[in-house]
Order: sequence, then structure tokens, then C-alpha cells
Amino acid sequence: MTTQSFRNAEGGLIDRATPLDFTFDGKAFQGFAGDTLASALVANGVRLVGRSFKYHRPRGLIGAGVEDPCGLVRLGAGDRAEPNTRATLTELFAGLTADSQNRWPSLKWDASALTGLAGRLFPAGFYYKTFISPQVLWPTYEKIIRAMAGMGTCPEGPDPDVYDDRFAHADLLVVGAGPAGLAAALAAGRLGQRVILAEQDMRLGGDLLAANRSIDGRPALDWVADTVAELEALPDVTLLPRTTVFGYHDHNLLAAVERVTDHLPHAPAGLPRQRHWKIRAGRVVLATGAIERPLVFADNDRPGVMLASAARAYVNRWAARPGTRAVVVTNNDDGYRSALDLQAGGIEIAALLDTRPEGGGALAQMARDAGLSPRHGMAVARALGGHAVTGAEITALSGGGATETVDCDLIAVSGGWAPTLHLHSQARGKATYDESLTAFVPTDPKQAHESVGAAAGDLTLAGALAAGSRAGGDDTLAPPADDHPAAPIQALWQVPKPPSGKGKRFVDIQDDVTAEDVALAHREGYESVEHLKRYTTLGMGTDQGKTSNVNGLAIMAGLRGQTIPAVGTTTFRPPFTPVTMGTFAGREAGHHFAPIRRTPLHARHDALGAVFQTAGLWLRARYYPLEGETMAEAVAREASHVRRIGGMVDVSTLGKIDIQGPDAADLLNRFYVNGFKALPVGKCRYGLMLREDGIVLDDGTTTRIGDTHYYMTTTTANAVTVMRNLELYLQVHWPDLDVSVASVSDQWAGVALAGPRARDLLARVADIDVSNDAFPFLAYREGAVAGIPARLFRISYSGELAYEIHVPSDFAPALWDALLEHGADLDIRPYGTEAMSTLRIEKGHMVIGTEIDGRTTADDLGMGRMVSTKKPFIGHVLKDRPGLTEGGRKQLVGLVPVDKRTPIPETCQIVKPGVVTGRDPVPIEGHVTAGTFSPSVGHPIALALVKDGRARLGETLHAVSPTTRVRVPVTVTSPVFVDPEGERLHA
Amino acid sequence: MLLIPCPWCGPRPQTDFTYGGDGTVVRPAEDAPQAAWADFVFVRDNPMGPHRELWHHSAGCRRWLVVERDTVTHDITGSFKPGEVPS
Ligand SMILES: [Zn+2]
Repeated sequence: MTTQSFRNAEGGLIDRATPLDFTFDGKAFQGFAGDTLASALVANGVRLVGRSFKYHRPRGLIGAGVEDPCGLVRLGAGDRAEPNTRATLTELFAGLTADSQNRWPSLKWDASALTGLAGRLFPAGFYYKTFISPQVLWPTYEKIIRAMAGMGTCPEGPDPDVYDDRFAHADLLVVGAGPAGLAAALAAGRLGQRVILAEQDMRLGGDLLAANRSIDGRPALDWVADTVAELEALPDVTLLPRTTVFGYHDHNLLAAVERVTDHLPHAPAGLPRQRHWKIRAGRVVLATGAIERPLVFADNDRPGVMLASAARAYVNRWAARPGTRAVVVTNNDDGYRSALDLQAGGIEIAALLDTRPEGGGALAQMARDAGLSPRHGMAVARALGGHAVTGAEITALSGGGATETVDCDLIAVSGGWAPTLHLHSQARGKATYDESLTAFVPTDPKQAHESVGAAAGDLTLAGALAAGSRAGGDDTLAPPADDHPAAPIQALWQVPKPPSGKGKRFVDIQDDVTAEDVALAHREGYESVEHLKRYTTLGMGTDQGKTSNVNGLAIMAGLRGQTIPAVGTTTFRPPFTPVTMGTFAGREAGHHFAPIRRTPLHARHDALGAVFQTAGLWLRARYYPLEGETMAEAVAREASHVRRIGGMVDVSTLGKIDIQGPDAADLLNRFYVNGFKALPVGKCRYGLMLREDGIVLDDGTTTRIGDTHYYMTTTTANAVTVMRNLELYLQVHWPDLDVSVASVSDQWAGVALAGPRARDLLARVADIDVSNDAFPFLAYREGAVAGIPARLFRISYSGELAYEIHVPSDFAPALWDALLEHGADLDIRPYGTEAMSTLRIEKGHMVIGTEIDGRTTADDLGMGRMVSTKKPFIGHVLKDRPGLTEGGRKQLVGLVPVDKRTPIPETCQIVKPGVVTGRDPVPIEGHVTAGTFSPSVGHPIALALVKDGRARLGETLHAVSPTTRVRVPVTVTSPVFVDPEGERLHA
Repeated sequence: MLLIPCPWCGPRPQTDFTYGGDGTVVRPAEDAPQAAWADFVFVRDNPMGPHRELWHHSAGCRRWLVVERDTVTHDITGSFKPGEVPS
């Protein structure tokens, strides 16, 4: 256990009475409650926290919050491990384990960095030129690059944590709980508005937590405490700390992630790890603050080079000293505030450099009063040291490049502040360059949002408080604060290289993009900011260029001899900070990825040992294996049993639509290709529907159960589509038709009873006359089956004597049980969807997705004679368009293997016998749509769509699948293999 | 995610709805020539700016509606019952 030798004895928002043990790279450390992993590492004097993306250079902490580009660690272990986590955003807890990334064999001695290999592999645009040729080697290169470059490694197993979704509505959503955000929430909350205040930090207060400021003559933290207390007491205000608003979407929908239990050593039962908030807000106040920019000088990535604001945050908020002796370099007045705070925190200021020839304003005077000696027109030219800063080469910007060396272990840099306008930009707001700020400010909001305070470019505390209050609806709430008049900032985008020419000047430290890379991109013609970004990867890391964006495009502007506004900026996109995939998945993972629909008979199938199959969202009984039986054996047995004796199958998944009204017959007549006007009460009719483009959409039966009352069934797959179409045509195209439609798919369950003994069973259980004369093919009857009110249809999908019995869903199990009980001595057994499929293939019946595949016409499927020529219907005009009527179309046929033995797999294409498949395209004659072993004919059969197939009966073709090396010689036949005259059907 | 005003139900999230295509095309008369039907089924403008489109409140009142949406900004400037769409 190392001591916290860089921790001050007093001060800071930490609880010294609650020490927390943690490990970093296996080494034990201690921090305090209130620490982040980053502040605890600083307090323990840990400088080196990672290796860089491409060059594997040693890296330390540069920021203290969301802006930090380098402190990425792998958090936790096993399946809970999370790579690329920011140390600065990770709240410390007892038992936390973190490991550095991109290093081998160790953080201190990395092989790639030692050999210099990485430096030679990765110039700007390396993806595009280094490995372009020969192309066959790219997979090899890719493996090496993936291992060397890139970030942390993913855990292997499934994520064991639970994530939640939450929807919320608010009059006002305030993003950011700094002075502006707190003031906005307070003003709106007092007016009784429903307010949500989201703050990514564990504490509310924003920049005030890390600053020595005063409001209304009192310490600013007192104002924060009072404000938070009042907000907590307001009933309609919701405070969400540890919540990052990461996406600003259409119509004021914002997405946020709340880290509910990440900061706890053991998550309490019942709480999710993270919660995904989707907040629809009337108005949004963006009080997201600003991010300090680094300065670009040689080796500005050495551990110990840190944003001045971050250094002061470590000292002020966490009483942790990021060094003992600092060089502070600034191009603006705020750097002086950092120098003063560092000095007050016990860090010796070795040099205070102001790049501006004229120096600073009131804060500069305060620094002099505190004994500091600012040197004007000076900057750091190069950081010295390897794994940690040991000194700074400083230089006069106007001079001939002469440098002097200052010993130090901390270089605190301030390059000015850039408003955090990411969410504003996501919401399509514009970014306008502000010369006085040397940064982009948010302008022209396109949705109901407003940026306030530093996020709007006002860096004064009083300004933030006033703007926040005003945005919250009260312009009288504006307490005074301790702001000081500032001298203008200097636009300084890069410090010239030192005379030695040594060192890399990093612009994007996370992505290892240097000023030289920007210049290279410019020389090679990638001048637009969007090209620059993609060619160099500038701003494309997990930090989205929060500290590098403006510096990079300013350097490009300089190279192009243009102004920054002329060069423009790139668009920010969600997420503002990385969000773990589990949060997006929420509860909809694994078993809950999609809803599961079970038929009312599911438990019955389960009890019978059914093997289930998914069909869309449905789970359907596929087959009922006997002990020791394979699927093929079970399916053949079930199908054969239906033809020889009889079976029953659950058809509850069919779409069912109730249609009523005086114009119901007219509606059906317009939907189906065949006539429905003459259908009498008590009769069913098979119907075929087209799309407007003339292609077959669906088939099914519709029954007239009353004078103006019809009952339509659709395929399982098209239940939703047909219902939607009926509503569309009735509401939009034919509003004059007086018809009502309602989906009753869930209200009715269905069992099909098929086979030679079907009538015998039905006669036992139904209270109606089921003789062939009284209940002929395509008749409909109402009655009671085993005492259950039922709709009975004499229809058949199997081609056997068959009935469908539909009952209200709650009665389905009772119906099933009665049929099984009374059918036992008749040996009527259940069969599954697979046997049903075998039976339909034997009959040449088509199904959605294989034969009705969105490309076939009624004629292709052999149903051309059904299509009425006497009436208009949906698709009646375009079914005759040239592409659908000329020769050469694929038509539905049957296939039989020439050897009567070899199965015909469903993936096969069909070619002529002499055609050799291989590298070159070959003429395709058609494709197999369905294949099965037919127990009725005793050998494999298949259905296929074959060019001009009906004219080729008897021809020998080959069914081939080059990928599985299958080649089956087949004979083209009629698609109806069993009972072509339909005698069994009418028996 | 859009917030779509249903003329019957009021503003509802986009996930309640199903997109139903171009709301400006009119189904031709049944005896219209094939070319008119081809236009209706296959030919669409690709406007940049305000556009009228059909939506179905499929997880709500099951009504079809015509929504006026800007294809660039996603701003919704109106929603109408079929047959009550202003010209
Ligand atoms: Zn509605």
C-alpha cells in the first residue's frame, strides 16, 4: 500500500474518514470517498496511465473530466470488464480494479514503442496508402494493426449486468449543473415547472466544485449547497447526477445514460447498472460549460503536461497535487487563476509564461501580488522527459528561437476555452467562430433549446448565473460574482518547433495526430475539415476531439491561408461520450430480444414433447418426436399418419379479420383477384390477393358467416400487412365503402383436423350433421364442439378430408383435449408444422416467402385461371404490364430426383445438365423453393420455380449448390404429387 | 424519434406509427391507362423540404393520417385526416 504522498492535508471535496482501497495494473493504492480514479492516481503520484493508440507513447492524465483524452483504462475483470473507460469519470469505490491499455509486456516497457515500429507504420492516412497493395496481404496487415493500434480489448462473455430504459417528459430539461444550469433549474422549479436537471458528474456544481470562487460575497460552494437543497425540496424537480445527456434527437427527444450502480462496490439487488433515459422536453437549456484547449508544442503529450484547469481541479476539488514544481503557460487570463490556485495548493510555480506580448489583465496583477512573475511573449517549446516530465524548454515567441530549460514535473497549459456545443450541434444548431473567444459559439438553434453561460461563450460567473436564471424564466435572479476584467486572448495555434527540431507536436493526443500530420494532409490535398478528419483521424477517437478540434482546423486554416470561419468545423454526432452497448440493449437482450408469441395451445404442445420452431415472433410446434426418433423420421411418420389415418394441427397463428357492413362483399371483391360477390352465406372461398404492382401478396380463405358479415383468414406472415391494407383502402382510397374491419387473430384459435378419419371424430364431438351432403367441401357451419361454441370450416391445406375448427382462444385447450380424448381410439394424433409443410409440398400448395416471394405472379404460381377478367381489383392493371406477361418467367413446377433417392436441398439453383458451375456466372434455369421426403410417393420431392417450367415437364435438369457441392439430376413434373383430382378432399 | 400529432389522439411518439409512403399520389381510376398506374406505384418525387406523407397510427387508434413533414429539418407542420387535407 503506497501512501497518498501527493495529497494535501486539508481541503477538497473528499472524505478523509472513508479511505478506499483499489488497484491499478495490479498494484494496491488508496484513495478517499469523493475521488475519481484519476484524482486518486494523482494523489498517489502515478503519472503514467497508458500507452497511446498508434505510437505507444507513454501518456498521463491531461484533463480532470470529460475532456481527458488519454486516461483510458480497462475497468474491472472477467465478463464485467469495460475497456476504454475514462479514469477521470470513474468514481472511486472500495475494491475497484483498473488496468492500463495498449501496452506489452508492461506499461513502462512497451515493445512497440521501444522498437519504434509504431512510428514507421502509422503516418497520416496510413490506412489508405501503406497497405493498399498488394491487396491479398491486407488481412495479414489488418491483424497486426488491430493488435497494435486500437484501444482496449472487449470482455469475452456476455454482459452479466442488467440495464434499464426509462421514458420521461419535462417542461424543461437542463443539461449541466454548473452555475448556469443550477440557476436555470432553480428559476424554472420555483415557477412550478416540471424540471429535469442532468449532470454527468457525481456531484452537482460543475466548474464551481473545482474553483475558488465566490457568489454574493460567500464561497460559491455555499451557494451550490443552498441551491441544491432548494431544488431537492421542489416536488416537480428531478435531479439526476451521474447522468450524461449524450444525444439530442428530433423534436426535443434527448437520450441520457444514468450510471446507477457503477460507483458502488456491490450493486444492490433490483437496481440496474445503468439506465437509459429518453426524455421528451418542452424546452432544453444547455448549460454544458466549456472545455479548455491545450497548446501545441513539441512533446506536449509527456505525462505531466496537463490542462491548467485540470491541474487546478485536482488541487481544489481533490486536494491532490499533480506535481511539485510547475511551469504554467497561457494565452489568456484564466491561466493566471490556475497558477494562483496551484500555488495556493502547495505547488511551486517555477515559471509563469504568458504568450501575449502585453500580458494579462486584473488576474495577472493578482498573480504579481501573490509573488508570481509572469513572463510575457513566452511559451513552452518542448516538454522534456520520457515517462514523466522533467523540465520544459521555454522560448520567446518573437525571438530567434533561443531556448532555456526550466526544471519542473508539471507543465500546466491553457489555450483558451471552447464552449461545449456538442448537443447544440447534434440538434442542427450552427457553430459560429467568435474572434474575441478564439472559439466556436452556438448560434441559430433549430429546436426549442438555448445555450447559456460558458456553453454560450460567456466565461464570467455572473454572466452564467444571470443567463441561467433568465433561461429558467426569471431575470431577477442574478447574484453578483467575483469576475475580473480580462485582457484579450491571443490566437496561438502552435508553438514553432524548438531549434533542435526534436519532438512531436500533438494536436489530437488520443488519436496520435500531430501538427505535421495536419500539414501532410494539406500537402496531399485533404484540405476540407471533413477530409482532414477522416484522413488523419483527427477528432475521431472516443473523445471526439474535445480538446483537439479547434486547434486542428485552425492549423489547417493557417496552411490554407484562410480564416477559421472560412474553413469551418465538423458536425458533432451522438454520443457525446461513449455509451456501453448494454445500455442501448436495455432489457431487450437474450431471451427478451424480441417478443415471443405463443398460441393458446402452447402448454399442450409442450406437454406432448413438441420441438418448437420460431415463425416470425411465433413459437410453433414443429414436430412431436417419439423416443429415439430423428426429426426426419418424426416428420415422415406424422405426415404419413395424416394421409393414412388422421391428425390435428394448431393453426391459431393464422391472421383472422372480422369484416362487417353493407359494402363488405364489394370490399372483398376489390381485394381478391377472384369474385366474392356471389359467395353465399355458409360458404368459404379460397382467395388470392395481389399488390398494386401485380405481384401476389397473400392467400387465404374468407367465409360469409352472415348477410353482411365475413370472416377472413390470412397467412401467418401477412396478418399485419393485410389488416393494414384493409384499413388503408377503407380510410384513404375508398372512404365511401361502408365496412368495418377488426383484427380478431388473438380472439380466435384454430385446430385443423385432417385425414380419412377426420369426419368420424368430428361426428363424435360436434352437434351438427357432418355428413358429406350436409357439410360438403368449402361449407361453413356454426355449432358446438365438445360443448364449445365453434366455427367449423370444411377446408383443407393438406389435401385430405379436413376441417378447421375455430373457437374463442380461451376454449382452445378444452377443444384440443376433447379432440385428443375422443380421437384416441381412432388413433388421431397431433402433427407439427414440419409435417404440415410436407403435406403441402406433396399437394403443390404455395407459402409466403418461398413461392409467394414478392416476385411471383398468379400465373407464375399456376393460379392464372383464378384471376377474374370481369372486375377491377387491386393489381388488376399492372398484373398485365410487359415484364410480368412476356415469356421466360419462372413457373411453379415439381421436381423428382432422377435416382428417386437423393434429397433436393432448398438452397439449390437449377441449371441445364451440361452446365459447369464454378468461377464464372452460368445461365440459371430456376431455383428450388421447397424440398422434402414424401412418405406418400416414397422418395424425395421438391417444388421449384423454373423458367417456362410448365412447358418443360419431363425434362431433366440439375439442382446444384456450388457452395455445398451438391448436384442432383432432377426431372421436371407437375407440382401436385398427391391426388391431383382432389378426390380425397371431397370424400 | 419524431413526435407525430395524430388528428384523433394528439401528439404521440414515432414508435406508435408505421410509415405509409408518399401521401401526395392519388390512386388512379380503375380504368386509367397502365402508364397512370405505373406512375402511381413506381414514380415518386424526392422533395427537399416540406412533404406530405401517409402514416398509420398502428399502435394507437389504427387510423391513417397525412403528415406534413420537412424532409430536411424533420419539422412537422401539420397532420390531417384523409379527405381533409388542404390543397
Ligand atoms: Zn391516433
